[in-house]
Amino acid sequence: MAGVRILVGTRKGAFVLTSDEGRKKWDVSGPHFAGWEIYHLKASPVDPDRIYASQSSGWFGQQIQRSDDGGKTWEPVDNTFVYDGVPGTHQWYDGTPHPWQFKRVWHLEPSLTDPDTVYAGVEDAALFRTTDGGRSWTEFSGLRGHGSGAHWMPGAGGMCLHTILLDPVDPKRIFIAISAAGAFRTDDGGEAWKPINRGLKSEHIPDPHAEVGHCVHRLALHPARPNVLFMQKHWDVMRSDDAGNSWHEVSGNLPTDFGFVIDVHAHEPETIYVVPIKSDSEHFPADGQLRVWRSRTGGNDWEALSSGLPQANCYVNVLRDAMSVDRLESCGVYFGTTGGQVYASADAGDNWTAIVRDLPAVLSVEAQTLE
Amino acid sequence: MIRVVLPTHLRIHAKVNGEVTLTVHGAVTQRSVLNALEQQYPVLRGTIRDHTTQKRRAFLRFFACQQDLSHQSPDAPLPEPVASGAQPFLIVGAIAGG
Repeated sequence: MAGVRILVGTRKGAFVLTSDEGRKKWDVSGPHFAGWEIYHLKASPVDPDRIYASQSSGWFGQQIQRSDDGGKTWEPVDNTFVYDGVPGTHQWYDGTPHPWQFKRVWHLEPSLTDPDTVYAGVEDAALFRTTDGGRSWTEFSGLRGHGSGAHWMPGAGGMCLHTILLDPVDPKRIFIAISAAGAFRTDDGGEAWKPINRGLKSEHIPDPHAEVGHCVHRLALHPARPNVLFMQKHWDVMRSDDAGNSWHEVSGNLPTDFGFVIDVHAHEPETIYVVPIKSDSEHFPADGQLRVWRSRTGGNDWEALSSGLPQANCYVNVLRDAMSVDRLESCGVYFGTTGGQVYASADAGDNWTAIVRDLPAVLSVEAQTLE
Repeated sequence: MIRVVLPTHLRIHAKVNGEVTLTVHGAVTQRSVLNALEQQYPVLRGTIRDHTTQKRRAFLRFFACQQDLSHQSPDAPLPEPVASGAQPFLIVGAIAGG
């Protein structure tokens, strides 16, 4: 019978939530790796019981865990993320050169075709890959070395490579995003990279239209139409219809276009979701009302979805990796909050319920559809 | 025989209970003890010392015999009671954060 598994990374451990396709009753397993920060977990699309987890700690550094039984048991794999060659410098907050230093893995993106191949987005921003199930990691140094790396600067959360989108049509094309450098694309499997930020406008940098320096919070695409990209930027919700070569704003009637998450309906490529956040200095929903906003037109025209969500005194945030969709016939949408709730909608966002609450602050949510 | 006490999270991570006992050949120093520890428990590589610089991670401390040895040279001899196994070498997580 079909079902759903939700992989939840939090500030103090990982949780695995499972349900049948009705998505009404949920079993909660965890905390796994109690006390550690779990920035992200994600399963292989071709081997659903193969899950990779990024486990980190200010005390003990980075670990990568791997499960081969759907999250019941875990084994640590290699945690060596060494930059290729002499890492050089990027800009520090005060504008001075700062050596590239590995801090943590923000995002793990398993290959669409090979369960032993996984991409890792790290802070300080770089892209690594394993092709042996996590036993060793190698950097794609062409990204840092493409020319603008020395000018990248961290956002408030660190200089993190947080989004990795693998093109399901063209296996050599990968999109990534870095705060606060912007979006980048490779068309040759990761050797050469180019910034894809034309059309972005960021008032907080000296040249609002600069080639790099934009604080992109998240990218999303629908697998049936990988040339269409959606972006939640620091401010502005953006859309590209040409694989990132150019962008235009689709914030439309959103109450605020600041936010972190953005995602696409599993079966409707023009239906997208965001969670507007009041501002960059007030990271919570406006007026204490938690609302997902949905556009069925690929942006510009948005509707608020609030049924089942708290509409008073709610001051949580929804972080950039904390929204996901399942692929069941009636698309499920999930997101987690810094208040420790994971909300689910089994009807594409019309109605919501908290399937678990009072977890540690949620860093990431990944939905797996189990056939 | 060298005795090492790990912080709780690293005991869980390395799947060990209580103290760890190690055999160290040659001089007993921070470096030789940590080398032996990581040889015996490879999953601890990178958790106590940085992979690249081999420096002690910032929020860890090394104690033994009522002394803070954290800032000593990694090649300085550890106290004789540690070398003889009479006292453990303590790896301690700093009280910091939440």
